[in-house]
Amino acid sequence: MPTKEEVFQKVQNALVEALGVDEEEVTPEATLVGDLGAESIDFLDIVFRLEKAFDIKIPRGELFPEDVLTNSTYVEDGRVTEAGLAELRKRMPFANLDEFAKNPNVQDFANLLTVADMCRFVESKVNVTA
Amino acid sequence: MRWYWIDRYIEFESGRSAKAIKNISLAEEHLHDHFPGYPVMPASLIVEGMAQTGGLLVCEYGQFRLKVVLAKITRAVFHCPALAGDTLTYTATIESIRDDGAMVSTTSHKGQTLQAEAEIFFAHLDGGHQDKTLIEPRDFLRMMRLLKAYDIGRAADGSRLKEPPGLQDF
Repeated sequence: MPTKEEVFQKVQNALVEALGVDEEEVTPEATLVGDLGAESIDFLDIVFRLEKAFDIKIPRGELFPEDVLTNSTYVEDGRVTEAGLAELRKRMPFANLDEFAKNPNVQDFANLLTVADMCRFVESKVNVTA
Repeated sequence: MRWYWIDRYIEFESGRSAKAIKNISLAEEHLHDHFPGYPVMPASLIVEGMAQTGGLLVCEYGQFRLKVVLAKITRAVFHCPALAGDTLTYTATIESIRDDGAMVSTTSHKGQTLQAEAEIFFAHLDGGHQDKTLIEPRDFLRMMRLLKAYDIGRAADGSRLKEPPGLQDF
């Protein structure tokens, strides 16, 4: 059972390897896309590394529910609807969507996830000790 | 004429790993300019060879139905040059694979010496790309035949590797 610190270190290591960034750049507040330069293809790479590091399975769309953003029920004129935001909150309890909800442009969604979100996501999949 | 940067498979284990050889010859024109008087196999073409070794392995796993593209080379390290007259043995091992992509670790050896290593990521295109034909499944099958994959290959259960049903009839 890993501690929160161990989770962070493994997540940090996965991001260093997947994105070719320096360890000190991977702070809890850093955003994956904006600060660490992740591109869409990197997310699956990160998922593979997290699966291996923590011996977990991460089904498609669980970390990054792209299907919500391409669903016309949840998106209107390039903006996520109230129903879409509710769905995202349900699917992404590990992420803080408050800032995004103020101006929910779909194109800004990619820059939402932070390193701390990734850690919370992993913590929800493994039993973490205090 | 296709872009072949491996000569022949010597091992092919479906869904797991493959080995292919590349004989480097002075007859290859690109060596005349890279570099004049000192023919060195370009590192980019070694990566291409390693990617072909692993790419066909990934394609075969999906029975050539998925649109597999080389998406990213996460890491590549070159330990020594590969020269005319050398035989490189490329090994590709599938580390992770699922319906949207695959991670493959690869090495290049000169005899027993590790010459290069790379981590290569393949994506399986879907959505808007699904209708586009990148390479016909039959072309992959031709490559696999030409590279002798079915002569030496093994299926996941250890039986002889077979051509996928429905693609042989041409």
